[in-house]
Amino acid sequence: MDVAPSPGPSDSTAGAVPAPTERPARRAATVEFAHVTKVYGRAEANTPGAVNDLSLFVPAGRICVLVGPSGCGKTTSLKMVNRLIEPTSGRILIDGVDAATREVTELRRGIGYVIQSTGLFPHQTIGANVAVVPRLLGWDAARQRERTDELLGLVGLDPARYRDRYPSQLSGGERQRVGVARALAADPPVMLMDEPFGAVDPIVRDRLQNEFLRLQEGLAKTILFVTHDIDEAIKLGDLVAVMQAGGTLAQFGSPGEILANPASDFVARFVGADRGLKRLSLVRVGDLGPTPIVVAHPGDDAADAARRLAADPFRYLLLVDERDRPIGWVDPRHLPAVGTLTDDMASPMSPLLEPRTTLKDALSMLLGADVQAGIVVDGGGRAQGIITLDAIVEELRAPAEPVVPA
Amino acid sequence: MIRWDWIGDNLGVIGGSVVDHLVLTILAIVIGLVISFVAALVIRRRRILRGPITATFGVLYTIPSLALFAFLVPFTGLTLVTAEIGLISYTLLILTRNILAGLEGIPAEVREAADGMGYTGPQRLMGVELPLALPVIMTGMRVATVTIVGLVMVTAVIGEGGLGQLMLRGFNRQFPTMIYVGFVLTIVLALVLDLILVAIQRLLTPWSRRAAA
Repeated sequence: MDVAPSPGPSDSTAGAVPAPTERPARRAATVEFAHVTKVYGRAEANTPGAVNDLSLFVPAGRICVLVGPSGCGKTTSLKMVNRLIEPTSGRILIDGVDAATREVTELRRGIGYVIQSTGLFPHQTIGANVAVVPRLLGWDAARQRERTDELLGLVGLDPARYRDRYPSQLSGGERQRVGVARALAADPPVMLMDEPFGAVDPIVRDRLQNEFLRLQEGLAKTILFVTHDIDEAIKLGDLVAVMQAGGTLAQFGSPGEILANPASDFVARFVGADRGLKRLSLVRVGDLGPTPIVVAHPGDDAADAARRLAADPFRYLLLVDERDRPIGWVDPRHLPAVGTLTDDMASPMSPLLEPRTTLKDALSMLLGADVQAGIVVDGGGRAQGIITLDAIVEELRAPAEPVVPA
Repeated sequence: MIRWDWIGDNLGVIGGSVVDHLVLTILAIVIGLVISFVAALVIRRRRILRGPITATFGVLYTIPSLALFAFLVPFTGLTLVTAEIGLISYTLLILTRNILAGLEGIPAEVREAADGMGYTGPQRLMGVELPLALPVIMTGMRVATVTIVGLVMVTAVIGEGGLGQLMLRGFNRQFPTMIYVGFVLTIVLALVLDLILVAIQRLLTPWSRRAAA
């Protein structure tokens, strides 16, 4: 069950958002499970929550998602990192230091902790909740306040509006953001997140997941994330640890590896029969590269446009405005023999895809609009080319190349 | 029927009775709260003691007050100590139960979050658990306070009693004015103390007020 890759770079956090910290040199830490076992009661192997000889290595600055059915020991594993649960045997090393040798409150103050129900203190204001760990660490009031405002801004909550409210006055999604801000307060090198987005509705969850990934781009924390949702694991994880009943590690690798080559029947069943489709969520429109197409502006010569179009395999002309933003498609049969192109020749548009759009989302947008191609636009809305249904299907057929995190 | 002139002439005596009554009540509540708090913490640490401790307090609560004072007099005499022992023993069941209920009503995830973020045991108790248990504890305080204001009356039989003393003398002298004054002021005292406790609770638990708003 030894699946630990070699230690990753520990300084992969260059460019992180500057923030006050107790240990400015250490932004993220490695986390290693070394033959960790947790036995409950009378050593019966399959007690829910038990963990059996778990070994894995999470490089600094990476998100490792522990995923599996309920009772597989994923939450137990998480709680052994901040010693809410003590392992029966084995060691958990944070930056090479055995967690069991550290003073427990000091250890916990250095690890961000987010749980499903947020666990916000109902009797404290949002500001006081976020400042919990800085307060425990004895920061002065001004620094606590500054950090709190910074973090509320970071998670998208206006400090002036939210600082003095109480948790009961916030929506579920807002509370969850506060939970994340609170966990980040003392700039911990490691974060533990136990189904943090499990209690919000699917739309809010999707938005929180995207915000979380955007945050992590800047912060580059080492994050252990527990979920029972394989789609969430694939979307968020740099590494995914699939656990199964009895607390054993069924497979550990990148989402791409797990989807392409499930290590066992259990993993194959757990990731689902649609794992080919799921792989599409790992590839983005930008990775594929748009196919160039013929574009023209209103006012251009129609005959010239028809000539250019004749040489192109894709039979439609994309009309764009003066800033190259798509207006619509022009069917060559509707092109006048003489004269210029006008806006009203354009028929309704294909879906617009951004480079960040996953192929899975792109596919469902194309199918939903019942079209063969989507228009790829850049951040300014300028047309870059198209992605066709055929190109996406081609990607489905291609063997998955193992995506190993650096 | 009521001799208003007597009231006017004896404001000092009446005021003194009110102060006595207040002192007896507050002393009983404060000491009772301290004992109950310690008992609740002991119970939390040693679950097995829950039965014996609450049973003991329950028995104390059921002893008729007159009987309890009569029983104590041979040991502690006709003193304030006798009165307070009796009064305190009646607060213990109510206060201990409410402190325990308040602490047990705290959501498990709040406690877990506190532990996970590195609260020490005492920090968690003072900073998280007690504030959250406060509404339930204050409810117990209110019940105990109103009960004790009434019971203080009974301590008149051992020479204490505050306003009870006033009433007892009224009976002995067949002088209804003293009885009515004692009666009305006891009720007023109970109401005022209750209102003060409500005000304190509202001041100490701003979060529950805003949540309702």
